[in-house]
Amino acid sequence: MIRLPLVLFFSAVLFSTGVYGVLARRNAVLVLMSIELMLNAVNVNLVAFSQFWHDVTGQVFALFVIAVAAAEVGIGLAIVILIYRNRETINIDEVNLLKW
Amino acid sequence: MTGQEYAFVVLALVGTVSAIRLVTAKNVVHAALYLVVTLSVVGGVYLLLAAEFVGWVQILIYVGAIVILFLFGLMLTRAPIGREALDNQQRVVALLIGLGVLAGLVFLIQSAFSWNGPKLRPSVGTTAELGYSLFRQWVLPFEAVSFLLLAALIGAVVLSRRDDRP
Repeated sequence: MIRLPLVLFFSAVLFSTGVYGVLARRNAVLVLMSIELMLNAVNVNLVAFSQFWHDVTGQVFALFVIAVAAAEVGIGLAIVILIYRNRETINIDEVNLLKW
Repeated sequence: MTGQEYAFVVLALVGTVSAIRLVTAKNVVHAALYLVVTLSVVGGVYLLLAAEFVGWVQILIYVGAIVILFLFGLMLTRAPIGREALDNQQRVVALLIGLGVLAGLVFLIQSAFSWNGPKLRPSVGTTAELGYSLFRQWVLPFEAVSFLLLAALIGAVVLSRRDDRP
């Protein structure tokens, strides 16, 4: 038996680490990795509350989140490789054509 | 503290350290390897919470497939090594925002559940239960996800193919 707040704290730590990574990294692949960290934190919460309520729905939605994350990584890396092919860099602070 | 709780605390400490190393690593390949450790720890947490199907899907999809995609992305883009090349100038601001998010979440959790909060008695999560719920109640979202994956597949192919014709 695990206390619920412990699991939630672990998830909060993972999520805020991901937030730091997204804000502090300039390499696009590392930013995508940090986003994965945040999605995993959400999944931990979903599974923990699924066991808290004895309802399997939370785990079903964790599966959906995993599938959407896989699609996101596929598209994201395709875009990153396209940017690298066109600009010879994947530093996202140098890709600012659309910035006002 | 029960044995499960000790195991969880050990897992969570390993996961926290490797997540922090992931966002501070100076070498992109090391960052990918720390991502493997973090995702495996999360999979272990699922198994500890008796969500066996989600746990093995986590190991298969994340550690098996997504990390390989990330490694391909890293190999194809030749990232430089070093802190200045990988981090931008807003590191202090980012640290403050990250700590602020952490403080807010900890405050929310503390006010919602006391420290000796409710204990989890893992009871659901076998593959049979998950499949039953997935294909009885959530079959339409399941089909929508399969359509999304198809669209992502086609999109990735269209985006990354080299079109030499004018």
